This record gives sequence, structure tokens and C-alpha cells, in this order.
Amino acid sequence: MNISININGETVTRDVEPRTLLVHFIRDTPGLTGTHWGCDTSNCGACVVQMDGQPLKSCTALAAMCEGHEIRTVEALEVDGKLDPIQQGFHEKHALQCGFCTPGMLMTTRALLDENPDPTEAEIRMAISGSICRCTGYQNIVAAVRWAAENAEAEVQS
Amino acid sequence: MQTPARFDYERATSLQGAIASLKEHEDSRIIAGGHSLLPMMKLRLASPTRLIDINDLTDLQYIREEGDEIAIGALTRHVELLKSELLAEHFPLFKDAELVIADPVVRNRGTIGGSLCQADAAEDLSAVCAAVKATVVITGADGTRTVPMDQFHLGPWTTAVGEGEILTEVRIAKRPGGGSAHEKVERRAGDWAIAAASAAVWIDGGVITDAGIALSAVGLTTIDLTRAEELLRGQPPSEELFEQAGAIASEDCMPIPDSRGPVDYKRHLAGVLTKRALRKATARALS
Amino acid sequence: MTAVGDRPIGFGPLKRKEDARFIRGKGNYLDDIRLPGMVHMAILRSPFAHAKINSIDTSAALALPGVAAVITAKDLETLGLAWMPTISYDTQAVLAGDKVRFQGQEVAAVIAIDEYIARDALQLIDVDYEPLPAVVNARKALDEDAPLIRDDKDGQLDNLASPTWEAGDEESTDKAFAEADTIVSRDIIYPRCHPAPLETCGMIADFNPETGQLDLYNGNQAPHAHRTVYAHVAGLAEHMIRIKCNDIGGGFGNKVPVYPGYVCAIAGSIVAGVPVKWIEDRSENLMSTGFARDYIMKSDICAKDGKITGLRVDVIADHGAFDSTAQPTKFPAGFFHIVCGSYDLQASHVKVKAVYTNKAPGGVAYRCSFRITEAVYLVERMVEALALEMHIDPIDLRMQSFIGTEQFPYETTTGWTYDSGDYHKTMRVAMDIAGYEDLRQEQEEKRARGELMGIGISFFTEGVGAGPRKHMDILGLAMNDGADLRVHPSGKAVVSLSAQTQGQGHETTFAQIVAEELGIPPEDVEVRHGDTDKSPYGLGTYGSRSTPVSGAAVAVVSRKVRDKARAIAAQMLETRPEDLAWEKGRWYVKGDPSVGATIFDITERAYSGDSLPEGMEGGLDAQVIYDPPNLTYPYGAYIAVVDVDPETAHVTVRRFIAVDDCGVRINPMIVDGQIHGGLAEGVGIALMEVITFDEEGNCLNGSFMDYLIPTALECPDFELGATVTPCPHHPLGAKGVGESPNVGSPPAIVNAVIDALQPLGVNHVDMPCTPARVWAAMQGNAAPPQ
Ligand SMILES: Cc1cc2nc3c(=O)[nH]c(=O)nc-3n(C[C@H](O)[C@H](O)[C@H](O)COP(=O)(O)OP(=O)(O)OC[C@H]3O[C@@H](n4cnc5c(N)ncnc54)[C@H](O)[C@@H]3O)c2cc1C
Ligand code: FES
Ligand code: FES
Repeated sequence: MNISININGETVTRDVEPRTLLVHFIRDTPGLTGTHWGCDTSNCGACVVQMDGQPLKSCTALAAMCEGHEIRTVEALEVDGKLDPIQQGFHEKHALQCGFCTPGMLMTTRALLDENPDPTEAEIRMAISGSICRCTGYQNIVAAVRWAAENAEAEVQS
Repeated sequence: MQTPARFDYERATSLQGAIASLKEHEDSRIIAGGHSLLPMMKLRLASPTRLIDINDLTDLQYIREEGDEIAIGALTRHVELLKSELLAEHFPLFKDAELVIADPVVRNRGTIGGSLCQADAAEDLSAVCAAVKATVVITGADGTRTVPMDQFHLGPWTTAVGEGEILTEVRIAKRPGGGSAHEKVERRAGDWAIAAASAAVWIDGGVITDAGIALSAVGLTTIDLTRAEELLRGQPPSEELFEQAGAIASEDCMPIPDSRGPVDYKRHLAGVLTKRALRKATARALS
Repeated sequence: MTAVGDRPIGFGPLKRKEDARFIRGKGNYLDDIRLPGMVHMAILRSPFAHAKINSIDTSAALALPGVAAVITAKDLETLGLAWMPTISYDTQAVLAGDKVRFQGQEVAAVIAIDEYIARDALQLIDVDYEPLPAVVNARKALDEDAPLIRDDKDGQLDNLASPTWEAGDEESTDKAFAEADTIVSRDIIYPRCHPAPLETCGMIADFNPETGQLDLYNGNQAPHAHRTVYAHVAGLAEHMIRIKCNDIGGGFGNKVPVYPGYVCAIAGSIVAGVPVKWIEDRSENLMSTGFARDYIMKSDICAKDGKITGLRVDVIADHGAFDSTAQPTKFPAGFFHIVCGSYDLQASHVKVKAVYTNKAPGGVAYRCSFRITEAVYLVERMVEALALEMHIDPIDLRMQSFIGTEQFPYETTTGWTYDSGDYHKTMRVAMDIAGYEDLRQEQEEKRARGELMGIGISFFTEGVGAGPRKHMDILGLAMNDGADLRVHPSGKAVVSLSAQTQGQGHETTFAQIVAEELGIPPEDVEVRHGDTDKSPYGLGTYGSRSTPVSGAAVAVVSRKVRDKARAIAAQMLETRPEDLAWEKGRWYVKGDPSVGATIFDITERAYSGDSLPEGMEGGLDAQVIYDPPNLTYPYGAYIAVVDVDPETAHVTVRRFIAVDDCGVRINPMIVDGQIHGGLAEGVGIALMEVITFDEEGNCLNGSFMDYLIPTALECPDFELGATVTPCPHHPLGAKGVGESPNVGSPPAIVNAVIDALQPLGVNHVDMPCTPARVWAAMQGNAAPPQ
């Protein structure tokens, strides 16, 4: 079937099988491989993107179900060469090691900050509790989100 | 990654259209949040030939007061149940449960209708709805019918929703003097329950006039603790009473040993959690 | 020239260079690679733990549109690829031919135009299995009537995977026990767990039949060693194989071995003539690739006059169906005999034997240097048990028994030479951070109220950085690492390494070493690794060996360059090399610091048309292969504080204090990050991570639904501290650290759980301390995991 999805502001159209998972559609069609996957059972959060501003595990949605919705991936965080504060926060606070969970973590915590610009440590831990990071022990991810909250307006660059 | 087998897909534009399509296509299934169905399809434990996507039927997505009832549309997402002030005021056990059902990202998608229809014995919302003595509205080609929660789950993974029918609404009567709570023990955040207990009590003049208690994950389906409910009715709330109710819970549940725990531990938990839920529900009713 | 803001030139908390691509979603992991004409492979796996294969019918799968080929053992035999060596000199079937020996074993491989169709085809392959009784319990593997698993091996008549291996001395140990005033015995299990990196394993094989070139894209921890193995297995010329590891989504030991799927992908590309991509799913990762631990240990420990004096351990190691444990050749039980820990013992004796079972092969390190985790867990559990028996504070017993600072270098009773340490100091720092006295006070008050709070200690010593070639090799390959440093005319440098990062921040740390040694800003030092065509030979990244071995190689190669720069500078300054002194980035004239030449001036000269000292070649580069003289011995003091719900038995790790001494810290920010990550894994292992099997050998934890990894909600805010005792033989004074937190934390948490349960008289629980297992222990029914 022919599917058109708005991904990062652009309409992406492709003829795919109805069973195509959103994560594969995103990775294969526009080639946005920043969105990863790490499990079969919707437990790891490596695949999190935003749908209409809310975090979504893209391994647990059919591409077909997302037609008419706006998908945002990690590739859209940086605008005109300016990093999003959450990206900068991850760099500042050493919130990534292998980087595999990072895109999902970024999209989850960006959505958190959009809804709650000044989250507590407990709120941050709850927000990312559907995402596994095998490398960082989460502590620096929490610190990175706090950094982004405190530097929301900062002129940031890499 | 594991991937589903082939199927056809259609997006429902009306409730009646979805019902008609369900009837027309053998082995077709509704997909709501998809957070139970798609994982099963990826593991190829389920292989429907057609999925009917009801996510556009947004008039099934609401939490509202209707007279002395609260009505929840089947497509209402976990996150909406979590944040609903109306539910927090009248049935705080929803919030208790929603804080520990899956994780926040899953909660953005999973629906109450999907939860109840999945009819997994470990599903938290089934116990929640049973404890508050909800009724569910089922819609078919010929109109709607209502089924009380205690007749909704017919067995593991089977419900009163018949062929060509869709669960459309959950209704809960508001009654004065009520309090409720949900208690769960899990191996890790985001995991299914080892055991969970939902309790609701209605107290008038220092006496429990009615009670609802249901357990998750300790039987082939949600367990209604009718014996304990009877015990509570007409009694003033007390720790001893809750202990007794807990003892009944331990006796009346029918756990299956699995990697979450052996039978004796699950029975023990059923008792402890029943007691804790009753304690909290009572405190809320009296506050 | 030391630092600009937070950008140190040299050692310090430099922000990572590699972050730029990852935070933009521009990492390049294996599944991100798409080659023209690439097809996809999926693997059919055995549903049985032990079964005869009577026949395999692939016709229906082959008939499915989109399927290009189905490979079975028969096809591999004709290619000579049916069996492959493991890292322990065993052989493993690439695809099972006559029988399957564990659930999840590879049986057939499908090659198709996309992943979905390849998986559809798996369901169409008809295998006629004849189930056989399975050996699941390692303790019963040597029973008379146990079914024989490895009937493929000539002369193998039982399930013994290795003869008994011993270390230490039995006689003197018996004597220590005879003289002791307290003896404690325990059965202690280190259950099977799994490294489970977030990115699973996989391979893209691209064989060019015209040129005979085989390009392999594969995230593994030891690309050079893998290439050598493929050259042997496939009979291809080693120089015609190129392995490229781009970004790797974590390894933790799981990406050390060569897996059958890799060989299948190579066979697939040879058969199909196009690039073949295979990426395992999470179940395949958990059910078939290298697991860790599975040590069944019996131990006695003894004390005399308030000091630990002797230790005995007898181990059955469950190696699964094929022996593919990762360890240096001469050490069939890895470094398990470091089990004497941090204590000045009179004597010790260790016995280990390994058995085959119908379970997945492995026995790889999960963030640990070859069985050190098992050793540390054992000794730290035993010391705790001894303290309980002696009714003394567990810290006091340790303090009494530690190796003294003045005793280093210290030879242990099992033959290790520890390099340096000040154990008492590190323990005290941990106690201070924890507020140990207050914690014990709080515990007492809580106990009076019926609350269960526990404080657990662990003090570990590791031996990492394998290893000296006189002692160790893997598959005959010395465990040395190469480094190649080129300073370009513009003053920018490239350093190539044989170690391969999986998130440890090599691109930053190794640039900092060059910066520290030469004064070239780290942003001007490009670190190349992971491509066998572009890096010197070496054994890779695992066993915390990157800094001890490759880090030393980079220091040494930088110093070689510095020496050459000195000679050039002497000529430039018209003096003798021995009259020059070095400050970071510059040679200057002793006695007249204003006269000197910077590394940039010198580089320019090295490449210019100007003259160089007699006989010197132009350019500024050097190459080394580093052979470490000894392992490095990092250590640490950990304190865990837990609360146990008295009714539900649910354990919460409330605080975790970790004071690590890993010698000199090149990038303390990265070191702390490594420690956080390893501690989280330790929380997982202690509380929830486990792979179990039912009686038929079905794996019960084959997905992330049942193989539980801690989330942000189970991990406390870790409280770190540091002491610095430099390594005397490492050129930078550094020791390894990556694995310390994983090694050291599980015993602290389990000791804390047992401490919490003291009012109930519980003196033993095996991991993982799940609510159900802790509750059973509270009822007096502690049982080992199955
Ligand atoms: C990682 C993870 C952890 C989870 N943990 C928990 C947990 O701890 N506790 C818990 O309770 N749940 C848990 N869940 C389940 C989650 O709550 C699901 O989202 C929910 O159970 C199903 O809702 P859904 O809308 O996604 O249903 P779907 O997956 O869309 O559907 C489930 C089933 O219900 C049917 N169905 C859906 N809607 C209707 C309808 N209106 N009428 C008739 N049939 C319908 C479908 O055909 C399907 O058979 C977890 C899920 C995941 C992925
Ligand atoms: S891939 Fe693991 S949750 Fe989506
Ligand atoms: S950084 Fe490796 S999984 Fe999070």
C-alpha cells in the first residue's frame, strides 16, 4: 500500500506492505537511521520518536497507522546548525557512551521538557523508565536533562 | 528485529464501518494502541489476516461525567487516565495503577479498551475496573449491550465481546463515601505484575456498605474476591478485617508458577496487597 | 599549555569528541549500513535443547517469492565451513547437521530480498527433530546416566569439558584450616547472566568473486583476531579480508566471540555473490550468543586471631554445549584464581572443572576480566559470611586482613603479583562518604521498628590488562596491542589503535594521551580504530585492557615521537639533545627556558627541506607493539544500602557508594561514566538479570520482557569517590577501570540484602535477589536459581 507520512516536516511517500513497522519505514525510506531498535517486545526505547509531540515506540506502530500524523526524529532536533539544548546537555554531562540509546533518550526527554520545563530528578527518571541504557547508569542522563532545563534559552552550539 | 506476518490493513472511519468490516473479514482484528497486539504479532503468536485501525474514531476517546456515572471511551489512552482529575477525585485507584502500568511511552498509546479486551490476567486495568464494579458497553451491528465487569472476562484471553462487536465504553457509578486504591509488586519498573490488587470501599456511618476487590496476575483471569467483599460488607473498617480479607485473597487466588515467582509467594502477595489496598482505600474514603 | 577553559590539553575531564555524531543521530552502526544489491539473512533456530535432526526440508521456503537461498549444514560442508573453532580450542557447529545441542542453536539460514520475507521463510522450513533427553543441571552433567552431548568429539565419553584445573596449594591450605579458630562454608552460585548490549550482534559480508576480497562489517571487540579466525576457517588469505567496525552499540564481552551467524553471512555472500546482512533479533542475542558466569562454587573460609587466613574453592563451571569461554589459553578458568581478593592470606586452594550442558555456549566476560567477577563475588560473600559468624563488623574483618601498603608488590598464594595499593585508605574514604557509623545507627533504630535495612560491603581487587606475552595468549595470539602515530606537517596527528571502542570514549581518551605526551591539542589528534586495513595488529577491547595495554602503547609511541623531536630540536637550537628539557609541547634549553622549539616548529622542520640530524629519516611518526610487563591491579571499596519491604520482600538499593582506585585517571569524566554504567549492571545482576532454563532446557529469559535490565528507577544516584595509587609499571601510572564497577558491586548489594535480613536469621541468598527469591529466603527456603 502507498503510505505518506510527515517526517520532520516533509512528506515521505512509499509503497510498502501494511505490516511495515514505523521504525523500518523511518530508517529505510528517508534513510533516517538515527532511530534505532534494540528489542522485539517494546521494552527498550531505542526506537522512540515523537508522534504529534508525544514519545512513541516506533517498533510498536505500523507505518500505516501514522499516516496523517507528524513524526519527529532525532535528526530534526538540530535546527540551522543550532543544537537543541537537550543535545547540548547530553554532551555537556557525558550522558552517552555507545550512543545507541541516545536518540530515543533525546526524543523522550525533549518531549518531557516541552511538557514540563523544570522537571525534578524523580520526574526525569520516571519519564525515561521505558528506555534502557546499558552504558551510563542513567545518572548523567538525568543531569543532562537538568542542564537542558536550566539552559533552555542558551545559545548552544557543538 | 522480529516482524509480523502479512495482513491487510484498513483504517476505520466510523464505528459501524469497523463493525461491518470485522463481520465481513474472517480473522480480522481491531487494533487500538497496538501495544499488546503488535508485540504478539511480531513474536508470531498472533497472525490476524486483517487489522482494522480504530485510532481515528476519536469520539471514543473521552472521560466524562454523565449523571451519576463516569463514562470512559474505549479509545482513552493510559496517559489520559493517569492525568484525569475527574478520575483522581472519584476513583484514585486509576492513578495508582497508571503510575505502574508499563512505562510512560507505552502509556501514551495503550488504551483502556485494548487493555480490557486483551484479557491478560496480569492486566492492571481489568482488576481496577472490576473493583469499582464498572460495566462495559459493547457495540455491534444491532446496537449496544452492557455487561458488568464480573461477567466480562470469560477465560484467559476471552471476553464477552462477540464476533463483529467492539467495546466502546466503560461506565462506573459514582457513589458517596467511596475510596479506592491499587497496589502492585513488580520485578522491575515497567514489568507486568507479580501480583496486584485493586480495592474499592464505600463507607457510610462508619460502616463499609459495599466493597470491591479484584486481583491481577494470580489466576488464569482477573480474580474477583467476592468472599472477601461479603466479609467486609456491613463491618466497620479495621486492620483485623483487612487481615482477614487478605487471608481470603491468599486462599481464593489461583496463581500459576512462572519466572515472576512460585505459587506460595504469589498467594502471600495477594494477601499483603489486598490488605494494603483496603487500608489505603479506606483512608481515602474517610478523608 | 595545559588547558583552555574546560578543554584540557592532556589529562582532565575533556568532553567527548565522539558525541557530535551521536547526539545528531548520525552514528553509523551496523544496521545503518546499506550496500548496493544487499540482501538479508535470517536464521532458523532449534526449538529443542537436545534433539536428533532426521531431515530438513527447505523446498517450501525456497519456493517463497523473494527467497534467494536456504543454507543448511550440508551446503556448508561443501564450502568447508561446517565447523568453526571457538576461542577455547573447541569446535562449534556453524549450522547443526545431525543434532542440535541447545535451544536456539543455528539450524538453517535463509537469504531473501528483505528481512520480513526472510523471516516468513523461516516458518516454511520443515525440520524433523527427534527430541533427546537434555542435560540442564550442571551438577548432574557427569552422572553415569547423563546423555552424552558431544558425541561429535572423538574420545569424548562424558560431559566433562575440561579436566580439573588447580591453583594455590592444597596442603598448606589444609594446614591453615586445621589451625583456624573459625571456619565458614557456603555454596555460592554466580548465575547465568548476559551482557545484552543494546545493539545486538550482526554481520554484513561482502565477497567479491572477481578479486577474492572479503569485506566484513561487524561490530566486534577484536577485529584483528576475528580476521585471523576467518582466514583459517574460510581458507582465505588474511590480507584479502577487511573487517570494519564502525560504531558499536555496546559490547561488554558479548561481541568478543565469532558466532555461527557471522560465518553463515560469509557463506551466504559467497553463495549469493552479493552483500548479505544479518542482524540478530533480541531473542537470538539472549538465547544463543555469549552468556556470562554460570559458576557453581563450594567454598570454605577460615580465620585465626581475627584475621582471614585461608580459602578453599571448588567450582563446577557450566560451559553450555560448546566450550567457547573467553580466556587466555593457559588459564582454563580465566583469572578466577584471583579469588584471594585483597587479603593477605596464609594459604588458598582453587579447583575448577567444566562441564557441557544442553545450553547456549558462552562463558564470556560480561564486563569482567575472565572470571574475575566470579572470584570477587565469591571471596566478598565468604568474607561477609565469616564476619557474621565471628560477630564482628565486616569492615573491621577486612581492615584486619588487607594486604598492607608496604607489602606491594605482593605475591598472592595463587600466583599473582599485585602492583600497588593502599587498601585501608580507600576503605576509609568509602566509609566517610557513606557516613558508615551513622548508617549503622540508623539501621539499629529501624530494626527496632521492624524495618529491614541492610548495609553491604565489597572490597575488590582485579587484575586487568591482559597481558604479558610470557604468560598469556588467545588462540596462540599474544595479547599485545599496536599503536601507530603520525604527526602531519600541519602539526595535526593521527593515532591508529588495535583496540576498538564500544562506547568507552577511545576517540577522546587516546587523543588526550597523545596531547599529554606531545602537547598537541586533543581536537587535533584523530584516533583511528576498528578497521583492520587502517590499524595495527592487536587483540582488541575487553577485560579492561584498552588503557592498560593500548593506552600504554599510545604513551610509548608518543614518547618515541617525542624523542625524535628532541633530536630535531637539538639541531634546530644548535645544542645537544641531552641539554634539552621537555615541558608539555616544547623542548627547551636547560638553564635557558626562553630558548626552545615547540612540537609544531619541530614538526615543520621534520617535513621541510631543511637538514635533519645525521642519519635521521624525515617526517615525524612512530610505531610500537606494546607488551605489558604485568597486569594492572585496580581495586575499590563499595558500600550498598538497601531497604527490603518486610512484607513483599522487594529490594530497593537506596544508596551506593563506590570509591575506585584505578591509578592515574586520564579523563575522570569518562572514568566516572564507566563506573556509573558498571554499577547499574551490578544492580541488574544482583537484583534481576538471570538466564534460567526449565527441565527440558527451554530458555525462560529470551526477551527483554523476561531478561530484566534495570531502568532509571532502580538505579540510585551513585556516590563516587576516588583514591589514586599509580600503577608502577604502566607508562602513565594508569590501571584499567571499565569492569571494576560490575565486578565489585554485586557482592555489596547481596551482602546488604543479607545484612538487612539478619533479624530473620537469613545467612544466604543467591542472585538475583528478586522479590520471590528474597521472600523464599525470609521463609528459610533460600534456593539456588535453576
Ligand atoms: C512493554 C509493555 C509493558 C506493559 N506493561 C503492562 C502492565 O504492567 N500492566 C498492564 O496492565 N498492561 C501493560 N502493558 C499492556 C498495555 O497496557 C497495552 O497497551 C494494553 O494492554 C493494550 O492496549 P492497546 O490499546 O495497546 O491494545 P491493542 O494492542 O490495540 O489491542 C489488544 C487486543 O484488544 C483488542 N481490542 C483493542 N481495542 C478493542 C476494542 N475497543 N474493542 C474490541 N477489541 C479491542 C485487539 O483486537 C487486541 O486483540 C504493557 C505493554 C507493553 C508494550
Ligand atoms: S525496539 Fe525496543 S522498544 Fe522499540
Ligand atoms: S549509551 Fe550505550 S546504551 Fe545508552
